[in-house]
Amino acid sequence: MKSVVLIARRELAAYLSTLSGYVIIAVVLAIDALMFNAIGLAGSKRSAEVLNQFFYLSSGMTITAAVLISMRLLAEERQSGTISLLYSSPVRDGEIVLGKFFSGLAFLAILLALTAFMPALIFVNGKVSFGHIASGYLGLLLIGSAALAIGTFGSALSKSQIVAVIISGCMVVALLTCWMLAHVTERPLSDVFTAMALHNQHFQPFQAGLVHLRDIVYYLAITYVALFAATRVLEARRWR
Amino acid sequence: MIQVQALTKYYGDHAAIRNLDFNIERGEVIGFLGLNGAGKTTTLKILGCVLLPTSGQVTIDGLNVVENPHEIRKRIGFLPDVPPLYEEMTVGGYLSFVAQLRGVAASAARERVLVAEEQMALRETDAEVISSLSHGFRQRLGVAQALVHNPALLILDEPNSGLDPAQIVEMRALMRNLRGAHTILISSHILSEISQTCDRLLIIQDGEIVAQGTEGELAQRMGGTGFIEVDVRPPTQSAVNALKAIAGVESVGVESERDGVATIRIRAPAELRPKITRALVAADVDVYRMDRAAEKLESIFLKLTRKEAA
Repeated sequence: MKSVVLIARRELAAYLSTLSGYVIIAVVLAIDALMFNAIGLAGSKRSAEVLNQFFYLSSGMTITAAVLISMRLLAEERQSGTISLLYSSPVRDGEIVLGKFFSGLAFLAILLALTAFMPALIFVNGKVSFGHIASGYLGLLLIGSAALAIGTFGSALSKSQIVAVIISGCMVVALLTCWMLAHVTERPLSDVFTAMALHNQHFQPFQAGLVHLRDIVYYLAITYVALFAATRVLEARRWR
Repeated sequence: MIQVQALTKYYGDHAAIRNLDFNIERGEVIGFLGLNGAGKTTTLKILGCVLLPTSGQVTIDGLNVVENPHEIRKRIGFLPDVPPLYEEMTVGGYLSFVAQLRGVAASAARERVLVAEEQMALRETDAEVISSLSHGFRQRLGVAQALVHNPALLILDEPNSGLDPAQIVEMRALMRNLRGAHTILISSHILSEISQTCDRLLIIQDGEIVAQGTEGELAQRMGGTGFIEVDVRPPTQSAVNALKAIAGVESVGVESERDGVATIRIRAPAELRPKITRALVAADVDVYRMDRAAEKLESIFLKLTRKEAA
């Protein structure tokens, strides 16, 4: 566990000391705020609807940010040759993957924390509960965690960060849109596709202020499977 | 300390190394020599537990690299051909990170960093960002990261790459200081450095070991007769003709001619020296020096690798 913390701390420091981290934060915050202003605040709505809209829009930006944050996690190590430092150290491949993932998750959490001014405005000027805001952010963190884990897996597959982000993006889009296959298949397959969808079924309760255990388990399962796959890829590279 | 038996590594269908067999005792300094693509880096990466072998057995301190890589990695310091440096970190911060990653307690890391910096003359760069370092400093930092946790086994792939002559001399002194307390494996193209630094040599060609032993043993194997060097006053033709006429002389060549002195290298048994002296005197050649000379490592290496290629 000590190695996980060490790697996570180093990686987080790298995010905060290089331009790419700040660029991601700036772009994501800017688009999030503009979209919130243009869509969330347009027309007359109840404050709960506005908050709901905020989390809906933010979930898209969170997924995008997670994929962008994750693209360098393992691909850059291989590209720059620093992976040999990790490979030759008494650190297990799972610890490398976890350390990288947690650093990305911490950075994502910082990004989400910086968006708090928007629901804070709704909270101050409207009639929403703190629980609604908390459940929305829990949902954002979970969907971000799943997307980040998928991105970590994509980053493990390729030496190029561009290719990594394309692979990760494709996997995320596939999970986002698989609910459409439910319309052209029959049960039980249609139920499977509906249940697998990254956003459609599992995020909406969070944005409405509801927390269901099944949705938490879903996102944690996606996260676990993706990180497990990333670890296996790292292990396989030693044999090549 | 290290036993390697029938070590083989395939990349797809291509065998990078095949059936390597060698042993390395504790405290030895071993030089890996070979042309580009010979299999040196692959061998070092397997010993450094970065790669796993396709077949064969490698044990380090009685531990198998396939079954116990985690334990082995605690005992080794590995420098790959490109130093694994994080550009955005400071020198001190990077070495502290590496020390802790390799098992040094956080409370002891700073002390270990200072020792490694002192050994590699990096003390003044402790607070500098790695991206601002010159190539020579980056190379020294690469060696420092391999040393920082004081490992029993050091595996250094091209440690002198990019170093200036003064830095190479310092590196040589460092290797001498580390000898005995550490087992060191060095891969290098700089044959003169290998010659001066290493106890034994392993020469790899096309994935196989073509020779192993001390430089003297390899020279013996390559011809046995050795060389005799004479410094004479030019012109050299009469000296060369006189030497070639001696029975038992295999070859005569003028090595250099500078400042009124010509050096002639004669491949002949040492016991022919009296005859050589008489022949040169009879030819009215002024002799300044006569000495036995060993086969140069460069020619040993070229002969072995060309022989295998043929």
